[in-house]
Amino acid sequence: MSSRDAILQRLRHRTGGELTAPECDFSVLNRPDWSTAEKLDMFERTIESVHGEVHRTTESGWIDRLAEILQTRGAQTLLIAKEHEIGKALKNATENREDLPQLLVYDEAIDSWQETLFNDVDAGITSTRGGIAETGSLILWPSVDEPRLMSLVPPIHIAVLKASELYTTFHDAMQSQNWAAGMPTNALLVSGPSKTADIEQTLAYGVHGPKELIVLVIE
Amino acid sequence: MVDPIKVYPAKPSKVYFYGTCLVDMFYPDAGMAGIQLLEREGIEVIYPEDQTCCGQPAYTSGYHDEARAVARAQLGLFPEDWPIVVPSGSCGGMMRKHYPALFKDTADDVKAAEIAGRIWELTDFLVNVCHIKLEDLGEPTTVAMHTSCSARREMGVAEVGPKLLGQLKNVNLVEQVRAEECCGFGGTFAVRHPEISGAMVSEKVDTLVNTGAREFVTTDCGCLMNIAGYAEKNQKPVTGQHILSFLWERTNGDGGKHS
Amino acid sequence: MSETTHHSAHHIDVKEFHPRARAAIHNPQIRQNFRKAMDGLMTKRKSAFEGWDLETLRDLGANIRMRALANLPDLLEQLEQKLTENGVTVHWAADGDEACEIVRDICLARDAKSVIKGKSMVSEEMELNHYLEDQGIEALESDLGEYIVQLAEETPSHIIMPAIHKNTTEISQLLHDKTGTDLSNDVEYLTANARLQLREKFRNADVGISGVNFAVAETGTLCLVENEGNGRMTTTVPPCHIAVTGIEKVVPKLEDVTALLALLTRSATGQHITTYFNMISGPRKADELDGPEEVHLVLVDNGRSTIYQDDELLDTLRCIRCGACMNHCPVYTRVGGHAYGTTYPGPIGKILMPHMVGLDEGRHLPTASSLCGACGEVCPVKIPIPDLLVRLRQEAVDGDKLHPAKVRGHGAKRGTVEAMIWKGWSWMHARPGLYRLGTALGARFRKLQPGKLGGWTQYRTAPKLAAKTLHERMKERSQ
Ligand code: SF4
Repeated sequence: MSSRDAILQRLRHRTGGELTAPECDFSVLNRPDWSTAEKLDMFERTIESVHGEVHRTTESGWIDRLAEILQTRGAQTLLIAKEHEIGKALKNATENREDLPQLLVYDEAIDSWQETLFNDVDAGITSTRGGIAETGSLILWPSVDEPRLMSLVPPIHIAVLKASELYTTFHDAMQSQNWAAGMPTNALLVSGPSKTADIEQTLAYGVHGPKELIVLVIE
Repeated sequence: MVDPIKVYPAKPSKVYFYGTCLVDMFYPDAGMAGIQLLEREGIEVIYPEDQTCCGQPAYTSGYHDEARAVARAQLGLFPEDWPIVVPSGSCGGMMRKHYPALFKDTADDVKAAEIAGRIWELTDFLVNVCHIKLEDLGEPTTVAMHTSCSARREMGVAEVGPKLLGQLKNVNLVEQVRAEECCGFGGTFAVRHPEISGAMVSEKVDTLVNTGAREFVTTDCGCLMNIAGYAEKNQKPVTGQHILSFLWERTNGDGGKHS
Repeated sequence: MSETTHHSAHHIDVKEFHPRARAAIHNPQIRQNFRKAMDGLMTKRKSAFEGWDLETLRDLGANIRMRALANLPDLLEQLEQKLTENGVTVHWAADGDEACEIVRDICLARDAKSVIKGKSMVSEEMELNHYLEDQGIEALESDLGEYIVQLAEETPSHIIMPAIHKNTTEISQLLHDKTGTDLSNDVEYLTANARLQLREKFRNADVGISGVNFAVAETGTLCLVENEGNGRMTTTVPPCHIAVTGIEKVVPKLEDVTALLALLTRSATGQHITTYFNMISGPRKADELDGPEEVHLVLVDNGRSTIYQDDELLDTLRCIRCGACMNHCPVYTRVGGHAYGTTYPGPIGKILMPHMVGLDEGRHLPTASSLCGACGEVCPVKIPIPDLLVRLRQEAVDGDKLHPAKVRGHGAKRGTVEAMIWKGWSWMHARPGLYRLGTALGARFRKLQPGKLGGWTQYRTAPKLAAKTLHERMKERSQ
């Protein structure tokens, strides 16, 4: 018999007899209905407590803000998506402004340009599928247009979050967006920059992923 | 899996007193103090003569047949439905929490469960059933308190000791760091793993000494034996007492003489 | 078979717990490293749960895990089916050796020479690194703590923080010796160097191997909890990702992970959430630009289906590997993780490892506890760890005729002398008259009491018998 069948058989013919599944009441996860402003405050406080940076901005002002942020960091290159409106807006903007870094478009399979991505990209910008106030988390569903490594490999990750898409809790977000109906190949909660405390409990950032996480909140 | 929720009875006219073997042999003063405190509350105390040991040492060592034989000899000691009070969180925990498991699938299961439901740790009983009011007659002093792990976690009485001490106006209660950490007694553990137990008790004594208190009280004789024994052997400036002895001495007005 | 003998080569004798514990206790560095770390972790956990109805949340955690176990075979099949639909290949392994062989075969089929690993305690159970090395495949740990431990040729001393037994100076020296970094107590510098070294490895690795924190049956999703990003790298950069996990890790609903995650990170490190919560449901799709082409899941039994048979022992399988029980364990804090000589140290190790190594090998594990209950009090899924320790002590001495022992190697600790002592003890304490006589005699002749009582008086004065027992005093009183 295969190990699979042997394991399943042992589990099915339990000597202790059938088990009964208890009820699961998730109401302990419920939180009061916070307003968008309250959620945003909470989100900001929580993500900043773990070294994330939040900039509140607007539909018309975010590119200026981004340019400023990247300039102070001396970023030379910024990775953008091909189709997403964020990438498009940036591309249009570069046509008549000088203060943005060079834009690189993630439009080829990684296998052909892995080395460049690892060595020559200073920042990556992605959209989000919303945020979670309670834990200060960003929801990312990488896609064909915004592949997984965009938010992982460059030392700076910039995420654009619409304040109107903030949820109170993870449970809330998952239920509202009906995740159980179908998951992408990869989904993520990102709550701050990469970090470790493996050396004597001392925090250090950017151990494998981005050293900085910058959230542009569109209010 | 779920601990039974404590429902305190009304103050009874009589209780059974289950002294425990450690109190019996090593700390009978603590037992007498507990009995006198109860009597002062107007409760008649019945001391079943045939009591020996709750069976815990064998139980926690894995010798359940032997533990059951000893425990079974205790089941017949409490025929009336009076509460059973125990001057120990550890033995109390054994009888309240583990008797039902020990007698599961035996002819005594109902009886064991019934008795388990009547078990009360004595300080808990004084506070939450007797609603005791203490008048402090002693000199000003500073004490620390060590609540045993079983009193804290099995009997859920961590708040009770500080409440009682708080009623004593001349007693300044100080708290050691890591108050909730085990002192390292653990019954046969102290003998089976002497180095680990020794390391635990040495840190416990250090934290007690660091409070500045020169005496500590505790709910359990095992912890007392362990902590005070370590302090004595290593000449650490702290001595210990069962909390019941301490309470009785400070409130009975005869300067600490019992019975 | 040569494949199945590899474990013995690196074997640590679990039975030798005492000398290792003794050595740790007399090592001030170990004592200080653990004390400091555990104090910090306990404080953080406490504050992370502030404002929560923790009892209710823990009840939910326990119920979610129990609901999963109640339907375990169905859920595993559902998980397999969903994952297969998603393009993930599912494998089943009866034990660590078979799991190693499955991993090897996947590597061989891809002609893989180098493997990069995310943190996985199941792979530690399998002793996978050594196995792959013996097969000529380089396996490199990428979690910083695991990386340090691997460089030191040690095993993790904590299931969440593998290198917690070392301080910065020790780590700096190690990195200097093994990777040529400068000696420095600047953690940023040390970390940045590790990043550099490992980035190259990520880029060139043929296979990434990770663990799994929760496997969701309804969607076929593998969830990974981490802070560093090495888990994401491991599961994204190499062309092939192999996840290994225990068969108990499955939960029915995606919703379940919200509560378990809330419990896990707060219990483990006092974090509201970790930096990354990574949910993987399949390999790279045809039009996607990155991600592994191949994803495999290896479901490892290794004794779990045996634990599953017993109603009481079953609770062991609720564990979500948060490590809170070790953080709060006064014994673990004193002896550190290596003293146990087991993959999983601390309280969870004491209740889990006897099933994996047998109670004959692991006979000391359940006794190395004062039964203080701190572990059970903090366990996010309410595993009654102290009760399970007592159960295993009973099994170790075949101590209950009503409930015959079942665990492999049971009865190994039953010594004739000890058994006779307890028999004698029981005989006397079940006979009140005899007990009274004995204790009264003891009181009368207390001066003859020996001043030395083995381990007890090594650290403490001997307990002093009272001049009169309470029995005698009550008797006098009634006369
Ligand atoms: S036994 Fe409980 S506390 Fe210990 S690791 Fe498992 S879940 Fe965490």
